[in-house]
Amino acid sequence: MSLETPLHKVEGLGSAHSGVTHFWRQRVTAAALVFLGAWFAVSALGLVGAGEASTLAFLSQPLNAILMAVFVIIAAYHMALGMQVVIDDYIYTAWQKLSLMLLLRAFALAVIAASIYALLRIAGPL
Amino acid sequence: MAENPQRAQRPRPLSPFVTIYHWPVTMATSITHRFTGIGLAGGLVVLVWWLVAIASGPEAFNQFTSLAATPLGQVILFLIVWSGSFHLLNGIRHLAWDMGFGFAKATAINNSIIVIAGSIVLAAAFFAAAYTGHGGYYQ
Repeated sequence: MSLETPLHKVEGLGSAHSGVTHFWRQRVTAAALVFLGAWFAVSALGLVGAGEASTLAFLSQPLNAILMAVFVIIAAYHMALGMQVVIDDYIYTAWQKLSLMLLLRAFALAVIAASIYALLRIAGPL
Repeated sequence: MAENPQRAQRPRPLSPFVTIYHWPVTMATSITHRFTGIGLAGGLVVLVWWLVAIASGPEAFNQFTSLAATPLGQVILFLIVWSGSFHLLNGIRHLAWDMGFGFAKATAINNSIIVIAGSIVLAAAFFAAAYTGHGGYYQ
């Protein structure tokens, strides 16, 4: 006999009420970061020793600016998903867990916001 | 059942803690994936710092590059590059697991060794290329 209600069973969301959403997003961002990470590594190596002018020129190119923005956004999202698992695993006290989860999201947002602002100043009208 | 104080006082068997076990290499890659992931969160801070420095003018940019060129800066950058290499290679291993590959004991051990060696080779190759003038092709 199952203690699950038929509705709960058909929703398939489990005890976390979010189903495989977290798991799936972690994998999709990971797969994207395989390619974005490779682009980032090639770009970073290409900018070793580069002065301010050539670094600005590189990031001013639309494709590079867009790829850098996408890389930072997906990396920050993947980081938040992963760090959430670490917090879930080791922090048991409810208020500490909630505080850390909020801090984590604030950190991820700050990373994204600061990078987009910087890229808009480099490549855009700001 | 009657009270049995002797029985209650006898230490119950405990599940062995992680330090008790002989460490198989798969255990090392597992925890290293987590540690490098946490480290790369710090790497993200350095990346944002770099982007903001570029956007803030020559003074901020020069401050970043001269700090990055110090021995401590180079060690930190190497740790970030190695963490990225390891997390990337072991992450591909994770994605393979999700598709049902690589669970056999011998395969798991082999792939762990490949990931550890490969991450060191990748990071060393990156720094070797940078130090021998093979980087900087976007100048």
